[in-house]
Amino acid sequence: MRSIDCAQITETVAQLAIEANYVLGADVKAALRQALERGSSPQGKQVLEQLLENAEIAEQERVPMCQDTGYAVVFLELGQEAHIIGGYLYDAVQEGIRRGYREGYLRKSIVAYPFTRRANTKDNTPAVIHTEIVPGDSLKITVVPKGAGSENMSRLFMLIPAEGVEGIKRVVVRAVDEAGPNPCPPVIVGVGIGGTAEMVMLLAKKALLRPLGEPNPDPEMAALEHDLGQAVNALGIGPAGFGGRVTALAVHVESFPAHIASLPVGVNIQCNAARHKSIVL
Amino acid sequence: MKISAPFTEEAVCNLKVGDAVEISGTLYAARDAAHKRLVSALENGHPLPFDPQGAVIYYVGPTPAKPGQVIGSAGPTTSYRMDPYAIPLLAAGVRGMIGKGGRSPEVKAALQRYKAIYLAAIGGAAALIAKTIKAAEVIAYEELGPEALLRLSVKDFPAVVVNDIYGGDLYERGKQQWASPSEPSSGLRG
Repeated sequence: MRSIDCAQITETVAQLAIEANYVLGADVKAALRQALERGSSPQGKQVLEQLLENAEIAEQERVPMCQDTGYAVVFLELGQEAHIIGGYLYDAVQEGIRRGYREGYLRKSIVAYPFTRRANTKDNTPAVIHTEIVPGDSLKITVVPKGAGSENMSRLFMLIPAEGVEGIKRVVVRAVDEAGPNPCPPVIVGVGIGGTAEMVMLLAKKALLRPLGEPNPDPEMAALEHDLGQAVNALGIGPAGFGGRVTALAVHVESFPAHIASLPVGVNIQCNAARHKSIVL
Repeated sequence: MKISAPFTEEAVCNLKVGDAVEISGTLYAARDAAHKRLVSALENGHPLPFDPQGAVIYYVGPTPAKPGQVIGSAGPTTSYRMDPYAIPLLAAGVRGMIGKGGRSPEVKAALQRYKAIYLAAIGGAAALIAKTIKAAEVIAYEELGPEALLRLSVKDFPAVVVNDIYGGDLYERGKQQWASPSEPSSGLRG
């Protein structure tokens, strides 16, 4: 049994929230550069250049790369041999988000009572927390600031098994097509297949956390990712939606066993400010 | 092409879909909650907190300014959420809107009717865009926090014309030009 102190968790979550918002991952920057080299529309190229310049400014001047510093989604992988001391784990995470959003000058974008008063909670809490119990005695914390422009384009499709892979392709391409310029292309498309309705949406979001350019280890899934990428980029939406061949930097697919009657497909679109940052305690 | 805000009718008539512009002058920052209040003021016959004649509204909710900064990061938010409020503001004299993403057919028709334009700023380029904002002050609805109504003074603010007064749409044109013919759209839609 190993002890992990809540104070350390709070401090870590605060730092992750700030770093994720200030520093675009090397994998995303590399993908933007590759997209630029691959060629696109003249206006698309200008957009990609501006996004790379923006990432440089944000990193060097330590400011948020996007004004939508997001809903803070926190993934925890808690080792079953670890012992949390000094408080309640979720309180420690919420305090970390509160502190990180204040100290990092990040925008507070959460409103309580979403369909009535919409009063701002003023500290960007609550975070959405997903916890998985894993072997071992460590705690992996991942903070994902998720902007609403892309999150609003999420879709759930409960297909029937007969629709198969063609049905999956049809709905994923439809979701990206209908999203059009709204989610800040070039995007990363997270696709979940299988499980239940709520699980497939979580799978779709988790698919966004895989490093860009790293295909699914299963060859069949990797082939599907490739085909979906081709189909999505053939739409012509392009960077910022101004037209071009780079609509998505990647399509990431994750799957899980499904019920004999079901073929759930979840789509979660990630904007070009593809932010997430992890630390293992 | 350089252009001053507020926009004149003549300037708007000269702008076409796809034109890249650099805007200098005054913009008003407003998003969902501020729009709701502006339209409510118009419906109740109250004056707006700014002169709408030729005014240009930027759909933005910036991050808090760090010490020494004029404004935090300030990229565009998705515009379709403002569609339900746009037409009364255009009728009141607003001549330009800046955001990102497509507009409803009703808003596009109103742009032609009122001789106004819709422009896109680059979504995600918030730190870069903030450098063109030279001054910012809250002029109303301070209690809305990141959704307060701001007056912004900008120099060479970069934007691209998406919908002009002639019915053009950059997003539609871009897709038509760049969609791959090998992927017939009929096979892609459900």
